[in-house]
Amino acid sequence: MSLLKSRETILALAILALLAAIASRFPGFVAPRNLARVLTDTSPLILLALGQMAVILTKCIDLSVAANLALCGMVAALMNGAGVPLPLILLAVVLLGAALGAVNGLLVWRLGIPSIVVTLGTMTIYRGSIFLMTGGAWINAHQMSDAFKAFPRTVVLGLPVMAWIGLAGIAAMALLLTRTPLGRAFHAVGGNPHAAVYTGISVGRTQCAAFVLSGALAGLTGYLWVARYAVAYVDIAAGFELDVVAACVIGGIAIAGGAGTVAGAVMGALFLGIIKNALPVVGISPFWQMAISGSAILLAIAFNAASRRDPGRIILKQAEHRT
Amino acid sequence: MTTAINGRHIPDRLTSPAARALKSWEALLLVVAIAIFILNALASPYFLDPWNLSDASFNFTEKAMIAFAMAMLIVAGEIDLSVGAIIALASTVMGLAMTAGASTPVLVLLGLGTGLLCGAFNGLLVAGFGLPSIVVTIGTMSLFRGVSYIVLGDGAFTGYPESFAWFGQGYVFWVVTVELVIFALAALVFGILLHRTSFGRMVYAIGNNATAARFSGIRVERIRFVLFLLTGLMSGIAAICLTSRLGSTRPSIAAGFELEVVTIVVLGGVSILGGSGSVPGVVLAALVMGLVTFGLGLLNVPGIVMSIVTGALLISVIALPRLWAMARRR
Repeated sequence: MSLLKSRETILALAILALLAAIASRFPGFVAPRNLARVLTDTSPLILLALGQMAVILTKCIDLSVAANLALCGMVAALMNGAGVPLPLILLAVVLLGAALGAVNGLLVWRLGIPSIVVTLGTMTIYRGSIFLMTGGAWINAHQMSDAFKAFPRTVVLGLPVMAWIGLAGIAAMALLLTRTPLGRAFHAVGGNPHAAVYTGISVGRTQCAAFVLSGALAGLTGYLWVARYAVAYVDIAAGFELDVVAACVIGGIAIAGGAGTVAGAVMGALFLGIIKNALPVVGISPFWQMAISGSAILLAIAFNAASRRDPGRIILKQAEHRT
Repeated sequence: MTTAINGRHIPDRLTSPAARALKSWEALLLVVAIAIFILNALASPYFLDPWNLSDASFNFTEKAMIAFAMAMLIVAGEIDLSVGAIIALASTVMGLAMTAGASTPVLVLLGLGTGLLCGAFNGLLVAGFGLPSIVVTIGTMSLFRGVSYIVLGDGAFTGYPESFAWFGQGYVFWVVTVELVIFALAALVFGILLHRTSFGRMVYAIGNNATAARFSGIRVERIRFVLFLLTGLMSGIAAICLTSRLGSTRPSIAAGFELEVVTIVVLGGVSILGGSGSVPGVVLAALVMGLVTFGLGLLNVPGIVMSIVTGALLISVIALPRLWAMARRR
């Protein structure tokens, strides 16, 4: 009964229904090869949604992830142009992403500025920095080394590296959230900050850690994105932060913090990824994508709110009993 | 002379109103605005030209109109991130009507009506169903602009009637633009509404403690709904001005407006946590933002660099007072 009622089960059923509906007209869409392609294509969204989930669990929001991704992607492309070997580039983008996340986290932790204000601000600052670095120039495929472009596409055990990184991210995040003190702290801080303080958890530090995690994942995704699409410019992944938040909201991560699972975030991302990949197959203009994800966000929050509605408060208990 | 109760010092005399006004955020903003004005005048010989200044006012008038309504919304502890998307949708509706041959008055009514409907939709979801406004308006932001994309794709509506151009390109007298007059009227109306009516007091009460406000008989949900309605209406008015000024509609119109509107509001001294702020502060903040962008424009600074300045301004305006307080405590 509780399994049937859980949000994850319902979302899984919704995804299966969606796949069945598409498959009834276009059976090719659910062929294993194509599903693997959808997974690969959705990996960036999954990685960012995992990071965003940690941030949302702690009652914050990170709107700067897409700008962080774009900045780290550009840095990766520039380093590649300077002849830096790939392992060093990977290390550098993860560290840079984490550092950008730490800027958000420190402003939230040390100065107590609401995260939405901080990340709205850093969003424009990070993206603007790309312009300052490059003067608005594009870095195109022919300016990137073959090894740089090939890594995310290299097929290992039937799946591209990009999909494997997505899967590794899911596994690592699941371990982190359910098996480590930091994972418990994310939930505790969002569930009840005051109680968290009394159990010896620093709210600000935990929030900062979530931002660093989100930033590091955005940095890594920045490289994957630039290498896969083989182009880097100021506006890559513009507006992607909305998709990321949408994936979390659809996945049942409570925006008020403290509740949410890795499975939910991943399925939220897959839901959007399947829709995005199915639209051209079904023959609907890709311009529908934005309105559909907007509607999905609204439906998901309405649904989440309905399932945990406060039954209301009885002010006079005695009067209630007398009647 | 102060009395210490439980370690808290309570002064036995309030500081005089004049002293408080001098130390207020608004006074600081005024000084900043004057300083930027003088700096601009020194930096560029083209700054002190009435026509240039009048042109420059377009930098902030449309955003500031929305900022007044947004300020009330944020004072009440809510936020609306869909304002840019409402402009896109209202502009698209007007464009559709224009291609169907609608006259200017009909276009204006449709712009206002779309804004009101979008605001009502946000308000219904937030106040009616009790959903958090941040996610609701992130959702409607995608939805409203998404509908524009469905209608327009990568196309555009152009060829608005000549009489429609009055709103964004017309002058009331000499260098005073129509938009500037709408901006001033909006400032007056929202100033009175927030600071001189019981509705305004209730908005503050909700922002400080919504539960207490409910228990003291304020219809919290209804007021929240009205505030979203007002924000939608002002976005509709801004959509008319912007569409008229540009003379065309693309689905990417007014992209990123929400950031700049929130920046103006926060720069104006409105607490992002709700409960405090003033309309004069927002007016001054709009002027400061307008002067900064105009000054940078005269110095040939590209738009994306200006957006860095906007973002840095947003963070530092909140961070500096807190850093100052932390330094004084040491």
